Amino acid sequence: MTPQDTASLLVRLGRFLRDNPIFPLIILLLALIATLEFMRPGIVNERWIGNTIKFAIPLAMLAACQTLTMLTGGIDLSASVGATITAFVMATQVPIMGAPLAICIGLVPAILIGLVNGFGVAVCRVHPLIMTLGTGLIATGCLQVYQRFVIASGSVVPDGLGWLGTGRTWGAPNALLLFVPFAIFVLWLQRRTGFGRLLYALGSNETAAKISGVRSWQVYLALYALSGLIAGGAGLLYVGLIKAPSLSLVSPLLLPSVAAAVIGGTSIFGGRGGYGGTIVGALILTVLGTLLTLMQIPEGTRRILFGLIILAVTTIYVRLTNQR
Amino acid sequence: MTDDTPLLMASGVSKRFGAVVALRNASLTIRKGEIVALMGANGAGKSTLVKILTGALKRDDGAVEIAGKDERIGSPAAAQRAGLMPVYQEPSLIPDLSVADNLALGGTPVDDFRAWVEELGIKGLRLDDMIGHLPLATLRILDLARALASKPKVLLLDEMTAALPTDLVENVLRVIRKQADAGQAIIYISHRFTEIAQVCDRATVLRDGETVGDLEVVEGVEERVIELMLGSALGAGAAASVRPPPAGPAHLEVRGLTLGKKLTDVSLRLHKGEVLGVVALEGQGQDELFGVLAGLIRPDRGQILVDGEAVAFRHPADAIAKGLTYVPGDRADGLMMMRSVHENIAMPMLARFRNWGPIGMRREAGLVNDAVERMQIDTRAMGEVQRLSGGNQQKVTIGRWLAMGVETLLLFDPTRGIDVRTKRQIYGLVRELAEQGAAVLYYTSELAEVPAACDRAVVLFNGSVVDVIEAADADEQTLMRAAYGLREEAVGA
Repeated sequence: MTPQDTASLLVRLGRFLRDNPIFPLIILLLALIATLEFMRPGIVNERWIGNTIKFAIPLAMLAACQTLTMLTGGIDLSASVGATITAFVMATQVPIMGAPLAICIGLVPAILIGLVNGFGVAVCRVHPLIMTLGTGLIATGCLQVYQRFVIASGSVVPDGLGWLGTGRTWGAPNALLLFVPFAIFVLWLQRRTGFGRLLYALGSNETAAKISGVRSWQVYLALYALSGLIAGGAGLLYVGLIKAPSLSLVSPLLLPSVAAAVIGGTSIFGGRGGYGGTIVGALILTVLGTLLTLMQIPEGTRRILFGLIILAVTTIYVRLTNQR
Repeated sequence: MTDDTPLLMASGVSKRFGAVVALRNASLTIRKGEIVALMGANGAGKSTLVKILTGALKRDDGAVEIAGKDERIGSPAAAQRAGLMPVYQEPSLIPDLSVADNLALGGTPVDDFRAWVEELGIKGLRLDDMIGHLPLATLRILDLARALASKPKVLLLDEMTAALPTDLVENVLRVIRKQADAGQAIIYISHRFTEIAQVCDRATVLRDGETVGDLEVVEGVEERVIELMLGSALGAGAAASVRPPPAGPAHLEVRGLTLGKKLTDVSLRLHKGEVLGVVALEGQGQDELFGVLAGLIRPDRGQILVDGEAVAFRHPADAIAKGLTYVPGDRADGLMMMRSVHENIAMPMLARFRNWGPIGMRREAGLVNDAVERMQIDTRAMGEVQRLSGGNQQKVTIGRWLAMGVETLLLFDPTRGIDVRTKRQIYGLVRELAEQGAAVLYYTSELAEVPAACDRAVVLFNGSVVDVIEAADADEQTLMRAAYGLREEAVGA
């Protein structure tokens, strides 16, 4: 093969990967799992797979917030706060009003945060990074105030959420019952609905979208409200898994959720990517976490490795697919 | 090096992008003191050749010699070191820096630069002016002045005059002729035959990635060049069909439109089935007129009536709801470059809130395919719009409104920087749409287009309508005089 053939093959491979970003990701995921099995033979069994999926799902849900907002060139840094608030408010309201109503009440602040984000981004034209950072801080403060009022009533995680978060049916985690329809919905939304197309359109060229008649503020408002709602749902599931609501419950998932979307091939500048890659990205991060824990290296080194691997994967990926 | 050694000689240059062959056997030779026009239809490979010569792309095969020395031009900096300086279509100055800072960045000698700016006819430029605050035409001149100040052996001008008013065009042509006489070599890329006839010595013609001709520029060379560019596919030009002025009430009426100092009391009437040209020199208010009609700018005063009903547009969506659809002059404003042809064409159909739900994939594909077929969009490079040639991109911006069903089409310089073949297709399409009952407002920066595409033309000068000219009378000279505000009998539209 001449160098030219190799070059054009690489170009074609690059184009193929750009159009189908999910393949290299799946290969990477399988490679990680193989490494794990090699290091600790026998570890990869049904139980381990179930556990990995169980922990990846809340991350993948939170990463849906990042994916959808990133398609428009935005980001949602308040997603973890929205999730935490929903979980905390729900858990503290259960003793007072019962589980179903408490869940509904819990979702209200998450959606409100989303609406405020949407308003700020769409109408005041604040950059999403700043806007969601700000609302996240404000909401965290409000949660602390709220905690003082409910400190006496205690908190309860409803059995249903526990069942959904940790339970299994025939070996498969029950969380899939929520997540599979959710993932199908998000994929459908991004590919087959007008709303999904508009997300890509705004991320590619807002002027062109405007000239085509898109009122961008409507899209932003709906998008961030939806992101808030999804964050709330992720919070409910996560508290079902952890079973101990606290004021910083979901915070550790925030940056991994951004990383999952980026590793999954969603461009942080907007216009490119999708949720399929993000799901694989969340799985990769979860497996990577297990791998590093298993190597029994100190926490500091683990974080350094984690960061390096994320950077490496993203760089290679961006190179391969020739994104900005 | 003897005097006869070409300053630049490219031969047998080829370049592929994946399956698409952009250049197969391109060659170009230029000697000291020559101005060579590089011509070709869009997609012929002009841009690719230019990028290879200036180091922005690497060639697959072929040779490039500069002053008899084989050069491997690996980067734009290397090309400039070798003495090849390009001036691209898009201004390459940084908008957030002052003129002086931009010069300092490139190490341009300031005094030479100043001298060239004066020579090119820009008066009163202050070096501490922010680039972002200067008009486009001025920026183009600054780009050229900067290139000249670096004393290149070969100067490459890509559509240098596209955004310039006529007086600046004259200055540019005069200056480059003088430079050539002084021994510089200039590669001149343009679609304007009049300019080429005025300054160029030779014309090198590309078709489908291959150099198909190298002609002396003599009288009547235009026909030969067009023949070469089009190959066997020489189509008949859109004939100007002289039709009686439309009767009855106007479909779109503009009354007394005023916007700051840009538009003063502009009135015009556009009927169904009519193509109304707008003729103006750069910056006479045409951008604002189209902006107002497209719903992008709100006027200070004045009325817009659609079928006799007064309307006010707060957003392009309002204009679209009344059937006014806008094709911007800058394709980068109109297209989502990273998305597919399909998505770009389908965009307006999904814009409204009630269409946010599930997409009827089959119906949509049908409408998109119709538009693609009708516009004859070349979809070999299907996928991202940024992989299409400029002409095909322009067809996409127009095609998206065909899929919606056109009522009033606002075309702003739709043939800017597009090849002859695509231009003719666009004229034909505009006529066809008008015959089917659409009303078209058509701004063009090329006066020769008016008789080919329009029924009548209004002339804007300094923010006012100064004249209305029937297509039959719209020869270039008449239009030019009117555009300069020189015609006597001013008429209200």
